[in-house]
Amino acid sequence: MDSLIIFAILLGIGYFFGARTEKQHFRQLQQREQAIHGLMLSTAGAKVALPKAHQAQLFTGSVVISSDFFKTFIAGVLNVFGGRITVYESLLERGRREAILRMEESALTWGADQVVNIRIQTAELSGNSGKGIVALEVIAYGTGVR
Amino acid sequence: MTVQPRSSASNIILTNIETVPGKTVTQHMGLVQGSSVRAKHIGRDIAAGLKNIVGGELKGYTELLQEAREEATSRMVQEAQKRGANAIVNVRFATSSLTQGAAELFAYGTAVRVE
Repeated sequence: MDSLIIFAILLGIGYFFGARTEKQHFRQLQQREQAIHGLMLSTAGAKVALPKAHQAQLFTGSVVISSDFFKTFIAGVLNVFGGRITVYESLLERGRREAILRMEESALTWGADQVVNIRIQTAELSGNSGKGIVALEVIAYGTGVR
Repeated sequence: MTVQPRSSASNIILTNIETVPGKTVTQHMGLVQGSSVRAKHIGRDIAAGLKNIVGGELKGYTELLQEAREEATSRMVQEAQKRGANAIVNVRFATSSLTQGAAELFAYGTAVRVE
């Protein structure tokens, strides 16, 4: 009975704080994305000539984002039935947008006018046991040119 | 928290495209690589475990992986310098987690001389 109460409390905390963090994060992402419009991003570039470019440098942006207790639990339940696990979709979207933003922001400070050949990858950090914490790392990297 | 640009101490140019814009590749020096396996102290792991209840960014782990990536990159740069290269093109990164709280960061690319 005691463990059930603790579980319910954790679930409540996870839901309340998790939803709040997510909302704030999405709002912040939107603001930051609006602030840096104008920087050209492209996933092409490896074989494209860049006649205007004089200098280039590699930029990376990374973030480790974790799920909350509520999401982890819901994902576990949804996993039984299959289909879309919507709680993790929004988590990954946040991670990806954050990583790209960090890359763009560091490229902008350097004075880049384009970032080409962007690569994005995701890695799981919780080890191969499948237990414990749910943490995802997203890295975005690309070549900034000016 | 944005990634700090690489220290200007090393004058090697890194790109992940096949050339260095504004310069021409004159010589290939082959594959160079660097890797780093890192873990945070247990305090950080506990903090990450607690953060996992409320969700959000795990700053300690973000930092950990950034440091690891910088170290992997600087090892790669050292190897390139040893071969006399002044640029590394087509750089790629890879991450793999060994256990919870430890990760390997791996960077590789092609060392070249540009003029």
